[in-house]
Amino acid sequence: MAGTAIEITDVTKRFLTPSGEVFTAIRDVTFTVEPGQFCAVVGPTGCGKSTTLSLVSGLDRPSEGTVAVGGQPVEGITDGVGFMFQADALLPWKTVLQNVALGLVFRKVGKKEALERARDWIRRVGLAGFEDRYPHQLSGGMRKRVAMAAAWITEPRVLLMDEPFGALDVQTKAIMSTELVQLWEASRPSVLFITHDLEEAIALADRVVVMTSSPGAVKQVFDIDIPRPRGSVQEIRFGDRFLELHHEIWATLRDEVERAYARTAVGAAA
Amino acid sequence: MNRRTSQVWGARAALAVLIIGGWQLATSAGWVDKFFYAQPSGIWNRLWDYFENGTEFGSYPQQIQTTMQEALYGFLLGTAVGIVVGVALGLNRFLAQVLDPFIKVVNAIPRIVLGAIFVVAFGVGITPKVLLAAVLVFFIVFFNAFQGAREVDRNVLNNAKVLGASRWDVIRHVTLPSAMTWIIASLHSAFGFAIVGAVVGEVLGAQHGLGLLIKSAQGNFDPDGVFANMFVIAALVLVVEFVIERLERRLLAWRPKTQAESVLV
Ligand SMILES: Nc1ncnc2c1ncn2[C@@H]1O[C@H](COP(=O)(O)OP(=O)(O)OP(=O)(O)O)[C@@H](O)[C@H]1O
Ligand SMILES: [Mg+2]
Repeated sequence: MAGTAIEITDVTKRFLTPSGEVFTAIRDVTFTVEPGQFCAVVGPTGCGKSTTLSLVSGLDRPSEGTVAVGGQPVEGITDGVGFMFQADALLPWKTVLQNVALGLVFRKVGKKEALERARDWIRRVGLAGFEDRYPHQLSGGMRKRVAMAAAWITEPRVLLMDEPFGALDVQTKAIMSTELVQLWEASRPSVLFITHDLEEAIALADRVVVMTSSPGAVKQVFDIDIPRPRGSVQEIRFGDRFLELHHEIWATLRDEVERAYARTAVGAAA
Repeated sequence: MNRRTSQVWGARAALAVLIIGGWQLATSAGWVDKFFYAQPSGIWNRLWDYFENGTEFGSYPQQIQTTMQEALYGFLLGTAVGIVVGVALGLNRFLAQVLDPFIKVVNAIPRIVLGAIFVVAFGVGITPKVLLAAVLVFFIVFFNAFQGAREVDRNVLNNAKVLGASRWDVIRHVTLPSAMTWIIASLHSAFGFAIVGAVVGEVLGAQHGLGLLIKSAQGNFDPDGVFANMFVIAALVLVVEFVIERLERRLLAWRPKTQAESVLV
């Protein structure tokens, strides 16, 4: 199923902290992901990237502003979304096979068909032979693959990925991002991809959104005009256009990262 | 069996011999009065007598069966209700807050009083014993199921929701399995409490059962009889706990093994 647009308009999200104060996580965030577009979001830690994703998925509601997916305002869990969470979110009491099949089971697909398709997806992410393992019996990279298969099996129109490869080593990360791009090119969902790795963002995305330090707002949006197919990060990161874009975006991002760092450092000293 | 396990078993056997032998010696030498503290050989003879000649209330297996039946029914009833109510309240904050003081009040009532009420209300059949056992089991399982249902991992829960889980799907695939770790941990002690409920119920008024035998032995100044029944009860609890442990291992196979459990290969 081809992707649909994600429109985030003037969104503010406030939280009530345990001490009863109001904390603004993101403020007046506005950006759009075009149908079928791969959009990366970068920003300093704590700037509200995960918060933004939870608003798009419908797990949380904005305090102000609107989020629309496919022209429909988000109310409740958004239909046709796949989500790869920042932290481990597999069901630990289900095997790899059961975890991957879960989205189909919830959609009332027949058990036989669900398991068959789950097997197929497990093969596609290179985990054939591990169907009956429990998550704790897998490596971190393998768990990410399971999460990827589980998110893709429902053929989402919108894919939300929260630092999906953040904890992986460089090689595994390279292999998995190549796999991700192949999957994405095959069915073209709209992707909202959070990362703290600017090279990864530029290599994968059509659009990079830079967010300011907390409270997060959109600092600048860059369209990445490197033609596809691009090859892996390792291959393209010394290309002229890549370096140019990297230089430009990093200049924007660096200020924010430094500001965020200074704030936490002062906070810790105080 | 490797060397370590045989050492452990050897030490256990030695300790058992020491305890039982010491007891026998102390009572036959007259250091302690076997009239109050019973005597291993006397207990053994009494058990033999029970099985051979039956008891004043019918055959001995019948007494065991009665008590086991009451305990098992109470255990199953208390567990089922405990899980349902615990998970329901764990999922529903409002209901939990409304019911909180009531649960505390009922929980604060001494169980033996409840037993007395049940005997008055339901007579001397098995019903009051089943109910008393069920109440004892209920509170243990309930508090664990309640806690377990509330400690569901946020990420796992959100993942299931985004994957399209309905409310019932969430309960079935996320809340219940997550609470199961807590619930099963509580079942270990729960069966012991079920037996306590059954036996106390029988002491309060019954026509059959091990509790009734204990009461009667006590009335006849027969410490051997009291101890004989006590050991039978302990053996029953151990057997059931073994079965529960097996069940636990099957139901919680998904959990990472602790370092002590994992087998070196
Ligand atoms: N439920 C909540 N209650 C209170 N504050 C929250 C809550 N969720 C998030 N926050 C705060 O909102 C801010 C943004 O959090 P968020 O998780 O979106 O950051 P992030 O950009 O994803 O950071 P990272 O890159 O480290 O994952 C943080 O300061 C966090 O403490
Ligand atoms: Mg985050």
